[in-house]
Amino acid sequence: MNAPAVAAGPSARPAGPPLPYRVEARTVDAPDVATIVLEPAGEALPRFAPGQFAMVYAFGAGDIPLSVSSIEGDRLTHTVRAVGAISRALHGTRTGRTVGVRGPFGTGWGLGASVGRDLLVVAGGIGLAPLRPVVRGALAAPGRYGRLNVLIGARTPGDRLYAHETNNWREAGARVLTTVDRPDGGWTGDVGVVTTLLDRAVFDPPHTTAFVCGPEVMIRAAARELTHRGLGPDRIEVSLERTMHCGTGHCGHCQLGPVLLCRDGPVLDWARAERLVSVPEL
Amino acid sequence: MTDECHGFLGALAPDHRTRLLTFSHETALPAGTRIFEEDGEAHRFWILRTGRVALDVHTPGRGTDVVETLGSGELLGWSWLFEPYRWHLGAQVLHATRAYEFDAHEVRAAIEEDPAFGLAVTRCVASVAIGRRLKASRMRLLDLYGPPGARAAPGGGPR
Amino acid sequence: MRTGGRDAVVLDRDGLDGLIVLLAARGRTVIGPTVRDGAIVLAEISAGGDLPYGWGVDLEAGRYRLRPRTDGAAFAHSAGPQSWKTFLHPQRERQWTARTGPDGVPLVTEDDTPPPSYAFLGVRPCDLRAIQVQDRVLTDGPHTDPRYRRRRERAFLVVVECTEPGATCFCVSMGTGPAADRGYDLALTEVVDDGGHRFLARSASDEGSAVLAELPTRPADDGLRAAAREGVAQAAGRMGRAMPDVDLRVLMHETLTADRWNDVTARCLTCGNCTMVCPTCFCTTAEDVTDLTGEHTERWRRWESCYDLEFTHLQNGPVRASALSRYRQWATHKLGTWYDQFGSSGCVGCGRCIVWCPTGIDITEEAHALNQERAEARQAAS
Repeated sequence: MNAPAVAAGPSARPAGPPLPYRVEARTVDAPDVATIVLEPAGEALPRFAPGQFAMVYAFGAGDIPLSVSSIEGDRLTHTVRAVGAISRALHGTRTGRTVGVRGPFGTGWGLGASVGRDLLVVAGGIGLAPLRPVVRGALAAPGRYGRLNVLIGARTPGDRLYAHETNNWREAGARVLTTVDRPDGGWTGDVGVVTTLLDRAVFDPPHTTAFVCGPEVMIRAAARELTHRGLGPDRIEVSLERTMHCGTGHCGHCQLGPVLLCRDGPVLDWARAERLVSVPEL
Repeated sequence: MTDECHGFLGALAPDHRTRLLTFSHETALPAGTRIFEEDGEAHRFWILRTGRVALDVHTPGRGTDVVETLGSGELLGWSWLFEPYRWHLGAQVLHATRAYEFDAHEVRAAIEEDPAFGLAVTRCVASVAIGRRLKASRMRLLDLYGPPGARAAPGGGPR
Repeated sequence: MRTGGRDAVVLDRDGLDGLIVLLAARGRTVIGPTVRDGAIVLAEISAGGDLPYGWGVDLEAGRYRLRPRTDGAAFAHSAGPQSWKTFLHPQRERQWTARTGPDGVPLVTEDDTPPPSYAFLGVRPCDLRAIQVQDRVLTDGPHTDPRYRRRRERAFLVVVECTEPGATCFCVSMGTGPAADRGYDLALTEVVDDGGHRFLARSASDEGSAVLAELPTRPADDGLRAAAREGVAQAAGRMGRAMPDVDLRVLMHETLTADRWNDVTARCLTCGNCTMVCPTCFCTTAEDVTDLTGEHTERWRRWESCYDLEFTHLQNGPVRASALSRYRQWATHKLGTWYDQFGSSGCVGCGRCIVWCPTGIDITEEAHALNQERAEARQAAS
């Protein structure tokens, strides 16, 4: 009839039902944060890129978007914070259980377009999760990029994610700086917001790409500060969050003005994102 | 990158920076040093070159809470510039620190005597130190990484 | 309007009746307009007698009334409360089912029940455009909605050009009507005059031609072609409303913080009626249901409105908490950001949102007001 001719390519897959993945490992990162490692129980999804996300399904409860915090072959790792019914179910899921996964969805971080440039990773809270593959990717290719700075903001010392691994990053040559909002007794590190660490990061602003993820208020403050310090808005990549139900661009929830975040995001450059996040309730 | 061209000093024009530094001497502060106490007289200030200093406040029954830390390039102390010239917080060296130490009386006298220098220094303290820290403090007031619910609005629950 | 095609033929009322019977005989579920509950609704029809012969409608902002017509026309009415999305993108649909297998691993089965082969009779040109808009949303992106696609591929579309626009219609200013130019199987133009009651018919697909060949038709003469052309041309001049003659996408982009949004949202109840009746609104929510044992779960998808607070819920609350932000989202999406997302306007000028708004909010009036406010602001700045 007169329907448009659309080829059912490999992209038909993510719009289909979730594939079962088995929980191979679960580690607790912070009181309300856990990292789960998922292995395909049968067929695997197409390969994910850093910055992309999956819709992870707790059977019977529903699914939520979770970025990949590690990608090794077909194995997916997600770091999930228990904030609602579905995320609590996924946070509490035990090793050996099965969850459903759809994806990969969305845009990734533009690490590939940053060869030879200094890298500045700025993470607030759970925002470090989607940035972990960027750090790992940069460290896995020594000489490919300029200096690597990882600036991390956490609520308390106990809320720091991947604390062991961040030490390894430091040993591998990254400049890793962590600051907390609320220190406890034993903490002798930095106290303050993550942007105050910029003074101690080592980078050449015109030749730097920044990757920023965290609460939107923190993203706005960091991106403005970076622009002020001379980074081009198109060289500041931010990962934004809005409600997502389908991941396929069909449910309409993740609209942010002209952008469908599940399709055109979640990673946007600041040149595009700035106006969108500056209109309240857009 | 030298300590003269970033942080607080980096925000001053070279001639004012050179002039300001004439009021300073270099100092080394071992870890654990109490630099000043809340409500003490603010007759000195520092620009940190290396190390880390904690600003703290003492609460009965709770001990000492660190409010913020300062590091390389940052100005330690601004109460010396404004009356009544008394510290609002205490300061303690966390990690061995090297710093330029300034005599506040001399700098205040120079500010009074040379309005151009005075404006430059006052602007720098206001924007680089006070303004930036005020913005940072307001952001921390939001407790952005805190658990949801405390600030939750109506319209269903998180997923 | 392709009234000059070689295969343009004439159907009379019996021929139209024959078309319905023939499409049903070819295994199609025929959906068309029919009078029910004081409105012209879209429902399954089985004979010409089901069509709303002799009924017109009176439309105004917040008002819909049936009105008898003396000319006996079947398609002299404009948009009713429903649109074809009711069938192509249904209100509620199961997407998949999961059942715990013997090894404890859930077995997920996609819902791929073959959909009916629809024949839509009486698709207005604006609504044809709306179907094409939803095609772009649901099948043209990086991912395809498989169930929509199947229904759409199988559907047979009989367009009827518009000769009787309503007071809330503005398709001319949206460039979507009242003539139909492409994307249909059959197009009809209804003519009632001294020469009788008949339909100028032409086909734009192989199946359309095959269907016409089986019906009692006669070649169209020049007089009928001219009458059909004239009827549609006159309709174009009788639109009850018009959008301002400016680039609406730019207008929406430049007026996000206009005062007018306060004015309109003082009247908006955020009921979401406009989104339900809009033929292009596609938003849905996901719903998971579980049986008591927890071993059988189903994923359903149902229409949702961007006026719901829940629609934008993040962990600390809804992003669009105010009525202003929700009306603004709907209007700027329709007229502006839809271009960025899907390459066309999201509004086809059918006027349903104006008719079915309980407080009579009129999107054309709002666009004019925004345009006016922008012009005044520019003048003040110069």
